Amino acid sequence: MLAPASSVAAVSPAHSAARRFLSLVLIHGVLIAGALFMLAPFIWMLVTSIKPPAEIFSAEIALWPKQFYGVENYRFAMEKAPLLRFALNGVILCAGILVVQLLVAIPCAYALAKLDFPGRNLLFVLVLLGLCIPVQVPAMPLYIGLAQLGLLNTYFAMMVPFFLSVFAIFLFRQFFRSFPDDIINAARLDGMSEFEIVWRIVTPSALPAIAAFAVFSTVAHWNDLYWPLIVISDAKLAPPPLGMMFFADAETGSNYGALTAAATILTAPLVLAFLIARRRFIDGITMTGVK
Amino acid sequence: MTLALDMPVQLASSRRRRLWIERVTGLGFAAPALVLLLLTILVPLAVLVVLSLTNYEFGGVDLDFVGLANFQKALADPIIRRSLLNTLIYVAIMVPGGVFGALLIAILIHRRTRSRSLYEVIYFLPVTSTLIAMATVWQFLLHPSLGPINGLLKWLGFAPVAFLSEPSTALATLAVIGIWQILGFNMILFLAGLTAIPRDLYEAADIDGCSSGVDRFLTITWPLLGPTTMFVVITTMITAFKIFDTVAVMTRGGPVGSTEVLLYNIYLEGFQYFHTGYAAALTFIFLAFILVFSAVQTFALDKKVHY
Amino acid sequence: MATVTLSSIAKSFGPTRVLGGVDLDIADGEFLTLVGPSGCGKSTLIRIIAGLEHQDGGAVAIGGQPVDHLRPHERRVAMVFQSYALYPHMSVRQNIALPLTMSRLKLWQRLPLLRALSGQRRTVMRGIEADVAAAAAQLQLDHLLDRKPAQLSGGQRQRVALGRAMVRHPDVFLMDEPLSNLDAKLRVHMRTELAELHKRLGATFVYVTHDQVEAMTMSDRVAMMDSGTILQLGTPSQLYEKPASLKVAQFIGSPAINLLPGIVGAGGRLELFGRPMALNVQQAQGQAVTLGVRSEALSLVQGEPAGTGRAWFSARLRRKENLGSEYILHFDLAGRDVPGVTMRTSPAVAVGISEAAEVTLGFDESACHLFAADGERIVSRGPGVATASIVPLRA
Repeated sequence: MLAPASSVAAVSPAHSAARRFLSLVLIHGVLIAGALFMLAPFIWMLVTSIKPPAEIFSAEIALWPKQFYGVENYRFAMEKAPLLRFALNGVILCAGILVVQLLVAIPCAYALAKLDFPGRNLLFVLVLLGLCIPVQVPAMPLYIGLAQLGLLNTYFAMMVPFFLSVFAIFLFRQFFRSFPDDIINAARLDGMSEFEIVWRIVTPSALPAIAAFAVFSTVAHWNDLYWPLIVISDAKLAPPPLGMMFFADAETGSNYGALTAAATILTAPLVLAFLIARRRFIDGITMTGVK
Repeated sequence: MTLALDMPVQLASSRRRRLWIERVTGLGFAAPALVLLLLTILVPLAVLVVLSLTNYEFGGVDLDFVGLANFQKALADPIIRRSLLNTLIYVAIMVPGGVFGALLIAILIHRRTRSRSLYEVIYFLPVTSTLIAMATVWQFLLHPSLGPINGLLKWLGFAPVAFLSEPSTALATLAVIGIWQILGFNMILFLAGLTAIPRDLYEAADIDGCSSGVDRFLTITWPLLGPTTMFVVITTMITAFKIFDTVAVMTRGGPVGSTEVLLYNIYLEGFQYFHTGYAAALTFIFLAFILVFSAVQTFALDKKVHY
Repeated sequence: MATVTLSSIAKSFGPTRVLGGVDLDIADGEFLTLVGPSGCGKSTLIRIIAGLEHQDGGAVAIGGQPVDHLRPHERRVAMVFQSYALYPHMSVRQNIALPLTMSRLKLWQRLPLLRALSGQRRTVMRGIEADVAAAAAQLQLDHLLDRKPAQLSGGQRQRVALGRAMVRHPDVFLMDEPLSNLDAKLRVHMRTELAELHKRLGATFVYVTHDQVEAMTMSDRVAMMDSGTILQLGTPSQLYEKPASLKVAQFIGSPAINLLPGIVGAGGRLELFGRPMALNVQQAQGQAVTLGVRSEALSLVQGEPAGTGRAWFSARLRRKENLGSEYILHFDLAGRDVPGVTMRTSPAVAVGISEAAEVTLGFDESACHLFAADGERIVSRGPGVATASIVPLRA
């Protein structure tokens, strides 16, 4: 029985106080069980990364290491693979993609929302269509094109398919549509060019939506495997997921201590960013979902 | 009143000029997006169409037009059929788990006051984690002899299960990992939907006699969550259909092809075996499913939003 | 019998005391209004009667039976919310039918698939349909039964909310500011409809509003509340003609009552602006006494008024408001540290007063209300004054 604790009259007799207590126990029981399911891999990852091989491979399963082996595991992982390099690549990738996405999408969204130009409706239909086409579809022709141009194994190649975010255009257009025309007209009368209007008046008001999208984009591209796997073979350029895959390959997947250490290092940036900017993340997802 | 006589003419020409400026500005603003749209979506799509009708192999020299042969081959190919089936089974497991699990958690968390933030953070954590990195951890967690899950099973008196190396369990295991990753995301969406339901509806229902949990859920919560539920189901379906990461890193399609999924086959055909033409055809089959899911979402949402 | 008895109801939200020991007896079939400014606790009180909030102290009884242990739907009350709280995904018919389906069908008979197995369900549903049709007919909703709330106007939604309340034949109707969301014209129309509905049904109505006009025009009795207590309980006339405290006098009546500063002189004789009045009060010399004079009690005075029993003072016209059938004139009292006064008068008189004119205004001393420094009503003794006793707080 799903009986959430609410302000509905809690009546005096003792047995219903007991009933409320029981339902609370049940509710938190389920939530805690689910929470353990969610946290188990993280806990196991951290714990294993500080265990020595002897304990990892022993028959008995223990949670806490008897011997602290963390330094060795982490050092091994960092020496065997340029983990920090992978993380740096992730930052470069996400930042580069995000900047271009915003530079392209914001003016376009503004034009679709506030300006009248030939082909406007056609463009919007194309944007909507683009929403339905995941990046895996144009992957092959893009790969062929980049190969012909000799651009494989470059940061540029990793970022190219994502420069255009139809999702950003769609999201910002919704936002801009509700921006009062009067303010824009007043700015025009004051002699502002349309370019200035976009960046100095309209964009600041859309900061929540932009922040939300930034969160969304960063999480998606930091964790993307498919496209980097296709265009990158040089480990020096690998973003975290690809780097992890290289590392796991090289290690023949048996040095679990080092593997989990590497996993921790690569997962940490986003998780820490999330813990710090919790509300941003969650509001971002909520806003993009309620499109 | 000379002004009144001059104004109309001046107004007309300045108006025309303003419209022209607006048009040019609009096009200018939209131009970069338009160019990228062409280069990264439309042209590749066109090329893909052409490729799918050929037997082109990347790096090769010849190119013959074979019409719809690739498509026919794909639909008759047992590997592709199995792959499609696997993908659909994966979707069939992951979507109910990821949607209704999230709904349950959202309902339970919704009324908590002090613990709500904590639970939100915990459940959302997997969404931010790098799946590939966590995949390695999952592999270890599920290890037949070294992993704690089998340790727990042994302790409870069951025989250990080789989750990822048994053909009968591998796909389902991947689906559970998929649920693990998406639950928090869907939960947030459901929480937003639940918060949007006005509280005095529940109070009015209480006075009307609708006070047990089941009644409240059936009479108010579930109907008013309709649009949200539809959205979550469709996005989860699309995400599930695009499964690739865990297969590529954990199982490579094995054991015995039981976890080969459509996108993985496309990847193999296109970027390992370089059967470009064939892979292009497969990509279109992939796209067809995605488009159907998206279309259903658009139409269903339009109908369901009735207030 | 649908009496409502509240005894010593107390309620706090955290550190804030919202209701402090409220006692109230509502008679069977009475239309009682709880009126007061925002935050006075009237909404909380009505929600406690409904069972949506639980009081910290005190008891609620309906029809003489204690109901504190009963869930809202067991109390035989119905409530109309300010926002109407109509179920948006259900048609008008389903909205009105809901209380009946909840009470007449068992849980399994309502579940989506299982209910097909119940033979009894069809008969019950037919009974429900009939009751819904009856309620709809009474409220002229027949042609709207299949529409959804979003397709209805504000007034129609209000009637659906009423229908949903009526269909249960409750003992008590609770209404929490039901007219606040309607435009002015509709509000006037609905006031009449609600009053007539009350007469037709003969049920007990407990009505909450912050609008004193609604309170005055619709109720049998009014309970004026402030800061969690009832300041005065009585008929609308009683509250208007014998306000028990300054707060009541200021809240009831539009335009607001005029307040003039009086001082107690020698022997308890009241003085206004240095002029003694023919009123004596039992207060110490030097005490401040507030005189309340309704705007219709003021009149123009030519020259100095003769005879006792009339007080007067000089004022300057600031503004005239033309309401068509009458004027409301705003005056400043020059040189006095007092906010202006308003006077109601006929167009004939008003037209004769020019802008910024200096005039003399007077009023019958017997017509003014006296309040002590603490705001409580005080009596006066003196020639030609009706020696009315202080109106008790509980009628």
